[in-house]
Amino acid sequence: MESVFSGPVYVVRDNIDTDQIIPAQYLNLVPTIPEEYEKLGAYALCGLPESLYSMRYVDSGELDSRYPIVVAGRNFGCGSSREHAPIALGSAGCKVVLAESFARIFFRNSVATGELYPCECVDRLCDVLKTGDVVKVDLDATTVTAQNLGKVWKFKALGDVRPVVDAGGLFNYARKTGMIPK
Amino acid sequence: MTLAEKILARASGVPYVKPGDVVEPRVDLAMSHENAALVLHQFHEIFKGLAFEPQLWDPSKVAIIFDHRVPAESPKTASNQKRVREFASWQAISKFHDIRGDTGGICHQVLPENGYVRPGQVVVGTDSHTTSHGALGALAFGIGATEMASVWSLGRALNVEVPATIKVVVSGKFKPFVGPKDLILHLIGKITAQGANFKVLEFHGPTIRTMSTSGRLVLCNMSVEAGATAGIVPADAETARYLKEEAGVTEALDLVSPDADATYEAVIEIDASGLEPQIACPHTVDNVKPITAVAGKPIHQVVIGSCTNGRLDDLEVAAKIIRGKKVSSGTRMLVFPASGRIYRQALGKGYLGAFVQAGAVVMNPGCGPCLGVHEGALGDGEVALSTTNRNFKGRMGNPNSEVYLCSPAVAAASALKGVITDPREDH
Repeated sequence: MESVFSGPVYVVRDNIDTDQIIPAQYLNLVPTIPEEYEKLGAYALCGLPESLYSMRYVDSGELDSRYPIVVAGRNFGCGSSREHAPIALGSAGCKVVLAESFARIFFRNSVATGELYPCECVDRLCDVLKTGDVVKVDLDATTVTAQNLGKVWKFKALGDVRPVVDAGGLFNYARKTGMIPK
Repeated sequence: MTLAEKILARASGVPYVKPGDVVEPRVDLAMSHENAALVLHQFHEIFKGLAFEPQLWDPSKVAIIFDHRVPAESPKTASNQKRVREFASWQAISKFHDIRGDTGGICHQVLPENGYVRPGQVVVGTDSHTTSHGALGALAFGIGATEMASVWSLGRALNVEVPATIKVVVSGKFKPFVGPKDLILHLIGKITAQGANFKVLEFHGPTIRTMSTSGRLVLCNMSVEAGATAGIVPADAETARYLKEEAGVTEALDLVSPDADATYEAVIEIDASGLEPQIACPHTVDNVKPITAVAGKPIHQVVIGSCTNGRLDDLEVAAKIIRGKKVSSGTRMLVFPASGRIYRQALGKGYLGAFVQAGAVVMNPGCGPCLGVHEGALGDGEVALSTTNRNFKGRMGNPNSEVYLCSPAVAAASALKGVITDPREDH
């Protein structure tokens, strides 16, 4: 099981709502259909205003992002219950979202779908890091390391959430633990 | 125990719970809308490779209501709805509400008006505004499609962390043209969009006790805009009246209350008599200002309706202001009654006629422009004033537009002037 993720971060601010993560027009894409899952990735974070986010999370014409780690401020994923939000990010290649705090439903959907690790970090990383900075996220050590800045931060341990995401979501976890018979 | 704790303890078969405990409550009602298509896919995933057919734990406790894209705007949506319709028929889901003028409508209105929600229940829905149903003394919260698929098969919600509760005590009489929408916008502005994240807002006080169920639905509906897991109003005589008289419930009700010695994480007191009409300005619901701060702002579209403010009393307030007058020539006004039943009641009382004669467009019940994928989209640079619940960037289908949120009275008065207008000016 992968426990260390390295790569450039994409930095967003507070209250990034689900309409910015995946606008409602794409919600009739059904993620259990593989080609529709792929398509959702192309639209991840496409609702962020161009005026504030001139560097896009997914470049035009691409299905995947260059940024495996998203760094956010407070209340990431507020708004709708749409599961497409963590799915679009996961489909685009996001592995970890490091936020100061998460909205409840987004947090639970990230775990249930197993699309990404939602990590809460008390430090306001969105003020320190900028898009493109390279970090290393170590889930076992619960640390974020930015080598070029010479900085290490701690995040809150994922606890019971971790094995569910590790397994690839709720159903895979239930199969693994025998809740769903094999 | 607080009301949420009491309901979770009962539903989990334990005598006592406290915030932070993890429980697996049985579910009394599991609601989905068009996203049942997604739940259905996930539901089949659970049973993949097993020797038996997928079966709902209890079809009588599953509700599916089409409201987000009605009638379908595209072949893709129509096909998703078709699959769900076939599933509902196969599983004999009696609480399936199709696209119909008699029994259809927005899920958060259809559930209460049919008496599906009762005090003390645990209600889950694949919609964030499932918090609405706390207005009837139920613990109601939003979940994702994958979690719903597991509820469909088990009849329980897994790994529910008991939330802490914030007690909101409201006293004082509203001024004319000020009401529940202004109260909840004020509260969200005060505690911010994440002020109640992972917590329950439990509403108390004389203002709540004398408030109609319709008004309580507004408070609980928008509790999620402060991040709340749920909003809840302890059931009382008004709850019993609503369920009996308006929802046709004949069974005995269990009007469960919080304990007198319940522990609350915080208590917020609000004097409603001091409130002015409130406006949530772009692009977050907690960017709330009194109307005087934004009066005069030109608007291109007014929307009255939605699960927040599309009920009969909302339409009544608006119709009284509009009747015999004309919507400003630079402004479009769209009205969306919350259900077929409300549509017919409003038709009978002459409200819809008053809207149409004033130049408004009356649309069919549904979510309509509130989620911006179906109808009523905004043009570049346009501004909407809406009685809906979210003003996120792009919410009405165009990231280059703005949405302001307000009460039905403010929306109606503003439609006549073409600018944000205090309804107390001329009335």
